[in-house]
Amino acid sequence: MSSRTASIARSALPPAVFGVGFLALWELVVKGFDLKPYFLAPPSKIWQKFTENFDLVWGATKVSGTNALVGLLVGTAFGIVMSLVLSRYRVLSDLVTPLAIALNAIPIFVLVAVLNNMFAITSEVPRRIMVTLVVYFIVLVNVARGLTQVSATHVELMRSYAASEVAILRKVRVPNAVPYLFTSLKIAAPASVITAFVSEYFGGSQNGLGSRIASNIANSKNAVAWAYVLGACLLGLTFYVISSLLEGAATPGGGSKRAKKSR
Amino acid sequence: MSAVEIRNLGKIFNAGSSNQVDALVDIDLSIASGEFVSLIGPSGCGKSTLLRLVANLLEPTSGDIAVNGKSAKQARLDQDYGMAFQQSGLFDWRTVVKNIELPLELKGWDKAKRRERALEMLELVKLADFAEHFPWQLSGGMQQRVAIARALAVHPQLLLMDEPFGALDEMTREHMQGELLSICRRTGSTVIFVTHSIPEAVYLSNRVVVMSPRPGRITKIVDVTIEGERTDATRDNAAFFAGITAVREALRGVEMSAHVRGIEDR
Repeated sequence: MSSRTASIARSALPPAVFGVGFLALWELVVKGFDLKPYFLAPPSKIWQKFTENFDLVWGATKVSGTNALVGLLVGTAFGIVMSLVLSRYRVLSDLVTPLAIALNAIPIFVLVAVLNNMFAITSEVPRRIMVTLVVYFIVLVNVARGLTQVSATHVELMRSYAASEVAILRKVRVPNAVPYLFTSLKIAAPASVITAFVSEYFGGSQNGLGSRIASNIANSKNAVAWAYVLGACLLGLTFYVISSLLEGAATPGGGSKRAKKSR
Repeated sequence: MSAVEIRNLGKIFNAGSSNQVDALVDIDLSIASGEFVSLIGPSGCGKSTLLRLVANLLEPTSGDIAVNGKSAKQARLDQDYGMAFQQSGLFDWRTVVKNIELPLELKGWDKAKRRERALEMLELVKLADFAEHFPWQLSGGMQQRVAIARALAVHPQLLLMDEPFGALDEMTREHMQGELLSICRRTGSTVIFVTHSIPEAVYLSNRVVVMSPRPGRITKIVDVTIEGERTDATRDNAAFFAGITAVREALRGVEMSAHVRGIEDR
């Protein structure tokens, strides 16, 4: 146990030292060159504003975080269901997959402007739909790959056992797709947070992190804007860490270990 | 009754198109129950295709295959055979014992019964201590032993093996050959064994079927007559060397005729 703690400390120490050093340098540059607060706020000031406005930042984080979470869950559910359908009907897959990949490559979150037109001005629904769409395509493309790219030996083996297509799906394709699902969640989780922020720039209620950052910058309250940025960073990080932990928990023997050893 | 009866078998891939391949023509082979038969020949001679036709993983273009007196398809549906490949094909997400349970699971056995059988099979391949390990925690030779245990789990009378030791180092390979023979002695299985290795074929088999490519066909069947039980000492036996020479000459004939027809195999 102590050796494990030591190894975590060894791997965590260099980036921690680097981070602290970076903040110190930032502080020194702002103070040393006497940079104006509307140009760049020093970390100490940002931290002060963060603690002063903690309730406001927390409130905005809850709004953006909820939008991201709802979109993430719904998008993942749709993505999984659709990939199962596509793996069952190959014709459909040939039709949809290129489209999904193409859509994945363009910044489709601008669609939120169109969605805003369809719902009440204070509605959070357009933002959630937007996050859902982004997450959906990420999950769909990855999970569909996991369901179809199974080892040829495994399929031959199952056929030699006279296994039905349903049995092959349950015993081979779905377990094979599980690591793909968690990889896609690791990509989709931060993407859901980013999409939730950016969606706020296209109108609607001014209650989330994204719109607060914009309005504080507009009011020259630079340090307060940075406090919201800090909140945004922490939110994105939380989503990422949770999805990483889920991956570790869902993979027997630990995900990265297995990926390295299996052939 | 013979275990496998092959009559006038032919297999053509991409029939009618410009890249038509005559994988197998005029294959006749009868394999007695309890016999160990190896298929050997250069790449492209159709030995793996022949094995897959017996397994009903491919459908023949012409001719018949009977396994245990049934059609190949019925034999597959009844799980009359077990199969092992060059890749162990173990499922990473299942423990060793759960891997062996899979064919029994698909047969609808209840949990206690299939656990008992799987542990019995692990005992047979001497891996009882590794039941709860995951495949990636085992060496290549151990993984292949688990794959053999899985192939034997339904107690099939017929074992189909496609270069199962092909990816192993020489030492492990010879060890595994001995293990396989001792397992077969205990289970009385009939085995069809595809290999590239002449000594392996001769050491294991009662008969070695030599095949040639383009079109894939049987050129010679070499009887291996080694007295008594085969052990490591067999590898120094004169009859063993005689068998190797006979198979090598049969294969050389295959190469010679390929050269005469101006076909380069590389």
